This record gives sequence, C-alpha cells and structure tokens, in this order.
Amino acid sequence: MNPVVKIILQRLALGLLTLFIVSIVIFTAVNMLPGDFAQAILGQGASPEAVEAIRRDLGLDQPPVTRYLQWLGDALRGDLGNSFAQANFSSFVGEGSGGARVTVAQQIAPRFANTMFLAGVTAAIAVPFAVTLGVLAALYRNSAFDKAANVATLTSISSPEFFLAYVLILFLAVLNPVLPSLSNIYADMGFGERLVKTLLPALTLTLVVTAHMMRMTRAAIINLLASPYIEMARLKGIGPMRVIVKHALPNALAPIINVIALNLAYLITGVVVVEVVFVYPGIGQLFVDSVKIRDIPVVQACCLIFAAAYILLNLTADILSIATNPRLRQPK
Amino acid sequence: MTWWMWILAALAALLAGGWLFRFVAQKITGNRPYFRDMPFAVAFGYVLAASALALAVWYYFQPVMTEAGTPDAGVTFFRWALHGFVIFALAAWLFRLAGRHVGTGGSRKLFRDMSLTAAFGVLVILLYAFTAIFAAWLAPYGQEAVFDQVNALPGGDAANGGNPDHLLGTDQIGRDLLSRLIYGAQNTVGIAFATTCIAFLLGGSLGFLAATLQGWFDNILSRAVDVLMAIPSLIFALLLMTIASAWAGSQQWLLTVYMVFIIAVIDSTRVFRLARAVGMNIVVMDYIEAAKLRGEGLGYLIFREILPNATAPLLAEFGLRFCFVFLTIAALSFLGVGIQPPLADWGTMVRDLAQFINFAAFSPLTAALPIMAAGAIALLTVAVNFVVDWMLQRSSGLKE
Amino acid sequence: MTEAQEQTPLVRIRDLKIEGRADETWMPIINGVDLDLHRGEVLGLIGESGAGKSTLGLAAMGYTRDGVRISGGSVEFDGIDLLSASAATKRALLGKRIAYVAQSAAASFNPAHRLIDQHVEAPVQHGVMSRSDSVEDGIELYRRLRLPNPEEIGFRYPHQVSGGQLQRAMTAMAMSCRPDLIIFDEPTTALDVTTQIEVLAAIRDIVDQFGTAAIYITHDLAVVAQMADRIKVLLRGDEVEEAETREMLDHPREDYTKSLWAVREFRRPQKPDAAPGAVPVIEVDKVTAAYGDTTVLRDVSFKIHEGRTVAVVGESGSGKSTAARCITGLLPPARGKVLLDGEELPPDYRKRSKMQLRQVQMIYQMADTALNPRKSIAEIIGRPVEFYMGLRGREKRRRVDELLDQIELPGDEFRHRLPSELSGGQKQRVGIARALAAEPRFIICDEVTSALDQLVAEGILKLLARLQDELHLSYMFITHDLATVRSIADWVVVMKEGRVVEQGPKDEMFRPPHHAYTDLLLSSVPEMDPDWLTNLLAERGVDNIGDAAADKMQ
Repeated sequence: MNPVVKIILQRLALGLLTLFIVSIVIFTAVNMLPGDFAQAILGQGASPEAVEAIRRDLGLDQPPVTRYLQWLGDALRGDLGNSFAQANFSSFVGEGSGGARVTVAQQIAPRFANTMFLAGVTAAIAVPFAVTLGVLAALYRNSAFDKAANVATLTSISSPEFFLAYVLILFLAVLNPVLPSLSNIYADMGFGERLVKTLLPALTLTLVVTAHMMRMTRAAIINLLASPYIEMARLKGIGPMRVIVKHALPNALAPIINVIALNLAYLITGVVVVEVVFVYPGIGQLFVDSVKIRDIPVVQACCLIFAAAYILLNLTADILSIATNPRLRQPK
Repeated sequence: MTWWMWILAALAALLAGGWLFRFVAQKITGNRPYFRDMPFAVAFGYVLAASALALAVWYYFQPVMTEAGTPDAGVTFFRWALHGFVIFALAAWLFRLAGRHVGTGGSRKLFRDMSLTAAFGVLVILLYAFTAIFAAWLAPYGQEAVFDQVNALPGGDAANGGNPDHLLGTDQIGRDLLSRLIYGAQNTVGIAFATTCIAFLLGGSLGFLAATLQGWFDNILSRAVDVLMAIPSLIFALLLMTIASAWAGSQQWLLTVYMVFIIAVIDSTRVFRLARAVGMNIVVMDYIEAAKLRGEGLGYLIFREILPNATAPLLAEFGLRFCFVFLTIAALSFLGVGIQPPLADWGTMVRDLAQFINFAAFSPLTAALPIMAAGAIALLTVAVNFVVDWMLQRSSGLKE
Repeated sequence: MTEAQEQTPLVRIRDLKIEGRADETWMPIINGVDLDLHRGEVLGLIGESGAGKSTLGLAAMGYTRDGVRISGGSVEFDGIDLLSASAATKRALLGKRIAYVAQSAAASFNPAHRLIDQHVEAPVQHGVMSRSDSVEDGIELYRRLRLPNPEEIGFRYPHQVSGGQLQRAMTAMAMSCRPDLIIFDEPTTALDVTTQIEVLAAIRDIVDQFGTAAIYITHDLAVVAQMADRIKVLLRGDEVEEAETREMLDHPREDYTKSLWAVREFRRPQKPDAAPGAVPVIEVDKVTAAYGDTTVLRDVSFKIHEGRTVAVVGESGSGKSTAARCITGLLPPARGKVLLDGEELPPDYRKRSKMQLRQVQMIYQMADTALNPRKSIAEIIGRPVEFYMGLRGREKRRRVDELLDQIELPGDEFRHRLPSELSGGQKQRVGIARALAAEPRFIICDEVTSALDQLVAEGILKLLARLQDELHLSYMFITHDLATVRSIADWVVVMKEGRVVEQGPKDEMFRPPHHAYTDLLLSSVPEMDPDWLTNLLAERGVDNIGDAAADKMQ
C-alpha cells in the first residue's frame, strides 16, 4: 500500500479512537453528579413526575456501562435524548411527560447551522487576510511594518473576546450605526440580511483568529526562507517572485494548511463567548444557557459536537500536511 | 452605495502615491541603491502609513463638541486612547531609563537590552501587583459595601446623575464601581495566579518525570493528555463547571474553589506537554547520559541537571499559561459561571455593565465603564505577552 | 581571448571588510582582504572555523547572508562592480556566470522538485538554453560526473538520492550554464572518506574539462592540495599568506601556516603487544546488538589492554558508536558479553555497581552538549569526585584543582566559569577532567577531536597521550579520521555495517596487504601530496574508488 494512504488511515483510526475515549470522558464527567441525579438536576422544588421522567429517561437503575452504550448507540443514530429544560417546564405546567417534547437534536440542528454560518463567514474573511499579512510580515521581517504587526497581533491575542466585541460594538454599532449590535437571526432570513447581522460577531472572531494565524504563518515562512534551498535559488539568480512561488510556496503549503486548520479549531472556543455577547442564536449560546440551567443532555451533546469538530479539524490539519509532503508522497 | 467607490478611489490614489513617491525619491537622491531596488509594495506601504498618520492627526484636532452642543464621542474616545497610549509609552520609556541607572549590575544589564514594549509590560505587571496587594488601602470602600444610590453615573457630577462620593458611579444594587474595579485586581488576578501555580506544579512535575523515566509511564500519561486535549478547554471547563455547580449547591465560594481546580487540571495538560518536550530535549544531551552512567539517582537528574536548564522556557510558558488561565476565568465569569458574587471580578463586571455601552453618544464616560473592566483584563494579558515575547526573543537570540 | 582579458583578473577583491550583527552591534568578520582570481584558475581558501572563508566566498558573488553586511572595499567580477550593481544586474550574473555549490546538498536541493527540474531552472530562466536542451545537457553532465543511471537519476526527488550523489548532482547544476566561476563551499565536509574521494575526483575532472575558474573553500589541507592551483590561508578574517599550492606546501612562510602543516606530523610510536597471558581491561566478546528489529552489531569481538589505545574506525553507520553503547551498558547486547578485568559486566548500566560504573568513563564528541551549561567548571568536575570518592569541602576543592592542573587549565581562572565562557578546546579538556575525576581504568573517546580545529585537536591528542602514560589508562578511540588513528592508536579495529572487517596492530594495518575494504578505506584518506589524487586514480582506476568500489565488494 502507498505509505501515505497507510499513514492517513492510521490517523483516521486514531481520530475515531480519540473521539470514542472523549465520549467516555464526557459521559463519566456527567455521571459524577452528586446524590440523586434527577433530583440534583431539577433542584428540591421539582415535581415528582418530572424527577420520575428523568429517571426513566436515563435508566438510572441500570449499571453505568449499559447506560453509556445506550447513550452512544442513540447518539450514533442521531438521537441525543430529550432536553430537561423542556421536561422541567412541562412538569410545572402539570402535563407530565406525555406532551410533545423537544428532543436535543431538534434543538441543536438549527443552531448548529447558524454557528457553521458564523464560522464560515469568519474563515472567509480571516484566512486570506491573515495568510497575506503573515507572508508580508515574513518577507519584510524586522521592518517597521513587521514590528507594528507584532505589537498589534500580540495585543489582539491578549485581549479577551468580549473586550474586542464591545470595542467593535462601540465604534461600529453605537457611534457609527453601520452594523446591528444584536444578531437576531431567523430561519427564513435572506442571505444578505443574515450576512449583515453576522458581520459584527464575525469581525470580532476575525480579529482574534487573524492574529494567531498571522503569527503562525509568519513563523512558518521565516523558518522556510532560512532554509539553504531558498538561498540556493537566490544564488541561481532566480527573481524574488519566482523564489516565493516556485521554491517557497510548495513547501509552505503544509505549514500554512496546518496553521489554518488549527485556528479554525480555535474558533470553536471563541464562538461561545462571542455568541453570548451578540446574542447570536448558535450552538455556543445554547451550550452556555444549558450549562446555567444544568440541562445535562444538551450540555453533553454540545460538548460532544464541539469535541468532534475540534478533533476533525486537527485531523484534517494532520492529514493535509502528510498529503502535501513530497518526502512521503514519493517514497524511496 | 457609494462607500465602496470611495474606498476604491482612495486605494487608487494610494497606489499612485506610492509610485510617485518612489519615482521622486529616485530622482532626488540620484538613484540611491535603496530607492532604486525598492519594491513597489514597500513604497506603497510608506505612503499608506503616512496617510494613516495624517488622518489620525487630523482627527485628533477635531472639536470635542459637535455644532449641536453634544459631545462628539468618537473624537473623545480617540483622544483618550491616544493620550493613554502616549502616557504609557512615556512611562515605559522613563521606567526603562530609570532601570538602566538604578539597581544592581545584573538588573541594569537586563534593562539595557529591554525593548520598549517589554518595559511597558514590566511596568504594568508591577502596577497590577501593587494594586492587587494593597487593594484594601487603595479602594475608597469595601467591595461588598452597598450604598443607597443605585446606578449613579460616573464623573462625580451631581447635575449629570453622578455622585461626588463615587467617582465611577455605582452599579445596579448600589456598590461603588471604583472600589470593585480595584478589588477586581486582587480577586481576578490572584485567583488566576493561584490556578496557574497549581497547574504548573501538577503538569510540570509529571512532564519532567515522563521525560526522564520514559517507557510505559510516559506512554500512559501522554495518551491521557492527548485525550484531554482533544476537548477544547473552555468547553471542557464549562462542562465540568456544570457538574461542580451541582456539587457546590448554594455555597458560592465553594464553586470558585472548584473552578480553580478544574481550570488548573485542564491547563496542566498543556504544561505537561511543554515540560515533557523541554525535558526530552535536555534528556538527550550528553551531560545527562554522563550523569546516568555515573549512577546518579532520579532526584539528582531532575532537580540538578534538567530543571536548571529548563527555567527559561518554563518561565516564558508560565507567562503564557497565566494569560490563558486569566482569560479563561474572565470568560467563565463573563458567562456567569466563574467567580461568584459578592467577590468583585472584572469578567462579571463587564457582563453587568455591558448595556451602558449604548449611552456612548450622550455620556462617553458611562459607555467607557464596561470597556474599562474589559480593558483591565486586556491590559494585563498584553503586558505579560509583551514580556514573554521579549524573553523568547532573547533566549532564541542567545542560541545563534 | 585578447591579451587585455588575460591580464585583468576574473574576480578582483580589494580591501574587503565585512561585518556581522551580534546583539545589536556589528562585529568584524573580514578585515580588509584582497583577492585575485584569473580565468580557469582554482583558488583554495582554507582556515579554521570562524576564519570567515564562507563569508568571503559568498561576497565574491556579491551576496551576503541575513545579519551580515559589507562595510567597505570593492568586489569586481569581470569588470562589473558587484557592490554597486543593481539587484537585476546581479541576478543576471548569478547562476549564469557565477554558480555556487553548497556544503549540504541534501538541504540545498528543494525537496518539492525533481533534481532535473532544479537543474534546468537556471538555464531556462537566464535564457541560455531551452528546457529540452538543458535536460539533455543535464543527463550528459550526470554521466560525466559518473553518477549511476544518468538517464534516470535526474527524475528523482532529492530525498531519494544519497548524499555523495546529491553533491555531484549539485555540481552538475552549477555547471548547467557553463559559468565562468564556481564557488565550492566545503562540498565534501559532510561526506564519508570513501564517498568524498569520488566527489573530489568528479569535481576536479569537470572543472578541468570546462576550464572553469573556482574558489574552493575547505578546512581540510589535504583536500585543498588536490584541488587548488593556489592557496590562500585565512585566520580570523585576515589573510595570513597566499602562494602556489606546491610552494605553500613545501615552504610555508608564516608561523601559523607552518603550525597547521605540523599538526599532521604528530605521531606516537606503537606500544609493544600486551603479554600473551595478560587479562585485558575490557573485552568485547561476540556481541550482537539491535535497535528494535534492526541489528546494528553482529558478532563483534575485540580486546583492550592496559595502557593501550584501540582505535575503532569505520564510516557513519558502521556500528562503532553502538559498540561503545554496549560497553557502557546504555544498549544491552542481544547476545555476547562485555568483560571488565576478566569479569562479566551486567548488560544494563542500571544493574552495574558504582565501582563498575566508575571504571568505564566516556568523553564525547560535542563538548557543548556534554557539559551542563548551567554548572560551573568546579561543579562539573567536582561532582564525580564527590560521588565516587566521597570527598567534600576543602579536599574536594584540592582534588578539582589537581585535575584542572592535569588538563593544563589554571584553576584560579577557570574554576568558577560556565562552559559557555570556554573555547571548544577548553570545553573538551573539562570533559576529559570529568572522566579523570572518576579515576577510571578505561575511557571511551567518541570522536573527541572531530568537532575541533586541527591545532586544537592536536593539543587534545597530546594531552590524552600524556595522561595515558602517567595514569596507565586504556582508551577506546572511536573515529572516522584516519590521521588521528595513525597518530595515537596501538591497535586498529575496522568496522563496516556492524561487523569487524579486520583488526591488528597499527603498524601492520597501515602496511599492505589487507582486507579489500580496509585497503579502500585507507587509500581514500587524502594526503598532503598534491599529486596524491592523480596517482591514486592512475593506480586504481576511476571505477575502483569510493562507493562504487565499496558496492562491488558485496
């Protein structure tokens, strides 16, 4: 078998294994809740019906391994269980658990799409911007531009997301009302309107991610430009443009792809805070709300989705950098 | 839609300016090699920077009041920002100058090759440390003291809804905001510092042990850390905080303690990775082999041979990890699951004061309140990052 | 070619000053060197590390690396002032009329492109030939440089080709536009001796054929003697002297040059064989060892007697360092045993007693990584004194001073210094003192002189020889440098691919007849005689040198 294919298959298997273990970790963590699970979730004032419903839902009488396998099996089929918030709510209304309940999957699906849209807009702005700036900073390193970029990116990396978010709101929404400061998005909204509403959170994320991505791109390119084969190309009298395009770029591809994938993975964390600031109806906000009301099935599901996305992106980075490595592509 | 035409026109003007600048410079200097071989991109960069500078100067001298008599918040904020920037730059410069002439030979040498950003960083860190330690003396009131007047506006001007006793006003239940901002240094920074120390103790010692022992010990720990690091840290922290809040019940202070340990454990995985990598680099050195062949024990190897060579990268990493922990705690508090009231904390303050930002057009100072709390967080992390950046550059420069 | 052209040199450097940046200040690297190179002439630039020879070579192309600047003087190539020429003018010369061959071919070929694509780049970009012509020409050059499969080798990627072949492919690339001048920057330094000779023969041949002028930069006198018409000696950025090669070899004028020449003369007489019944200090008995599944040592046996030096020679990958790791116990052998004074040592060093560990000490190749940079010299040497001898306080200090005295470093001056404040030779001496502090009977010297300049290396060898006589030490010398072997060894063990090919007393080993591989190895070591390579090629034929010959033996 081609060694590249073999390595990629190995990495895929490793990624799946990691995801499997992560699911165990998440499940175990949730099962560390103290005392009576159902009571703890709903608090002392909950109606007995609601407590009973949750007990039945979770099969608390069964051993943890069985419960885990059950949960995993359901999750693989797309059934992430029922939201407690809903159960709790219906118990107060006095309907019992028989009424139409919202499943976690139903709750997450539209918000997941919204978050993907936000991440997509951010990536579309940040990736070309950051890579260009990073390459420029590497080419003109130690110049005034490079130093200014260094200070600016360090500042941007160091600032909490909500700081950048409020500064942007202050200037782009309050003082100069160009963009809306609240991102209320509906399912039947047109693309243009949706884009305008998403722009401010996307810009905030762009600031954070660009700084990271630019610094990493700069480091990768500088590392590359210091290699003897670049000096050799210059000493062959090759023009600066051709040195970059023909000699640096093919080798820079792997590190830059790596940088991009790693930073998209970083977006996942950033998305939580930014969605809360802009009240953006994404999966991050749902996650935080569920954490506050201890809606365990939703927390569990969101966690799994975030972790899966994170692992997937890291895996992509890994696989792409293997696939672009000439040493592996052309075996001895 | 004409704004994009304006942008295009400005871009075209800048491009033309760049070409013109290079052309004129070549003529004036009689084709000096610097201008002769200057790429167009560089000329464009000069013109762009010059234009941005001119624009900033012009904007700075705009009147603070609009013709209608209301304050022009944009100009006000710009002036504040610029003043702050100049004051801090000046202070950093003076601080470095002082450091170069006062103190022991070692500290003077340290200041001599310090960049201005690093001097700024050190100055800010010292200021924060001072504020945190002496918060009780500096703050006009206690952090939990509640006053009658709620939502007093900042500025201390009674005519504008302020109160001279509360320079920055009061919050929605009547606590003095200036005091809470000062106590925030103690709580937010102190808790983050303690968390980082625990993370280092845990991750650092395990990392070095793994690097020295290798074999199955290293394998098991490394795989475990791989798995834990596969979950994004903020997400993992939020998940565990959910569980912790159930354990803590109504005892809010307990939740803060749990948070410290949860973040410390999550962060120790990153420390483990670094400590192990640094340790591995040192372990392959011949002097470690010589010590092993001499028959030295594990304790001697780690504390006498490895650790002294790992201090520089570990110190830099401590700075970075501190920033990360600090930001994570701030984010958790901002989301409402971090440091719990009545402790004053910047992240929580940002969340509580956020709606004031909409008053920017009428009262710039009020709108600045949430920015101030968030800026307090940003300023410290920026400072630490500047210092770390300088340290890393210094140590990499020494290698060459 | 007109008379005038003959007169003006191809390269004319006058009073060139170059500076390099270190910690925000500019330090001089070259302080005013003149250089003339005529068409078709080969100039050898030699000097120790830090002499500025590579910097000077690059400056002759009008090029400086990052952090280096030309602060004065002039560089002219064929009448063109390279220092004031525009970037475009210089680009038109580089690759077309001036070419460069770098030290590490493996790092200097772009890993993303095939060799031939990199070969044709300069001719096509400079408009010298079409791509197809250039490909054909490349194959022809590969053939002339005696590369195996010349039609096919160019279509491989750099990582698929061996180091010696890459170096020749790079020479072919430099030749692609038939330049007037080639700068060879230590092209054979990273290669094994048997590979080196092949590359040397190929380079010399092709430079002769095309009448190309060349600057050949190296630190190896014997190599430069084969390659250059004239030699220029550099010392810390200054020219020491310059003369025709034979003149320089026979009658060096300056003291520094004379001392460089004299290094090669140090030779110690071979000691008589040990008494027949004597128990060797160290005996390696039929040792086979492996890293994982790859066997790196097969059935290796040799003995080291008291007061004797055994040199283990072989090229990289021959298993000589692995043998040392088996003796020290870092790599427990799969089969066979190691005996100390006739008693079997436990295979794993962790199972050995303090006494056993003390008897076997090691000196490393890279003194930089062998000394803990955070410890003072007194701490480094004092630790084994304290650990093995149990000395403390004043007694320990006295012993440390005694050891410093033995390695000829004044204690008052060096005791409290850190390793970074020492020169390479001084660091190596501290490494020796640390080994001596254990009061061992046997010391493994792993390429101890190969990272040092020749003069310094000679000092270390003399010191080791003196200590051996005073303390009756036994040495195992791991080296690839046969000059070192000739100067210090009593017994020579030749290794190849994990096996002992041949062993015997030094005087016999350096006299034929012997095993074909030993013969090849010994004959490949360049000698100071400028006719050595010519004679060797005449004697053995081009096909019986280097890797080609080694491959035939299998």
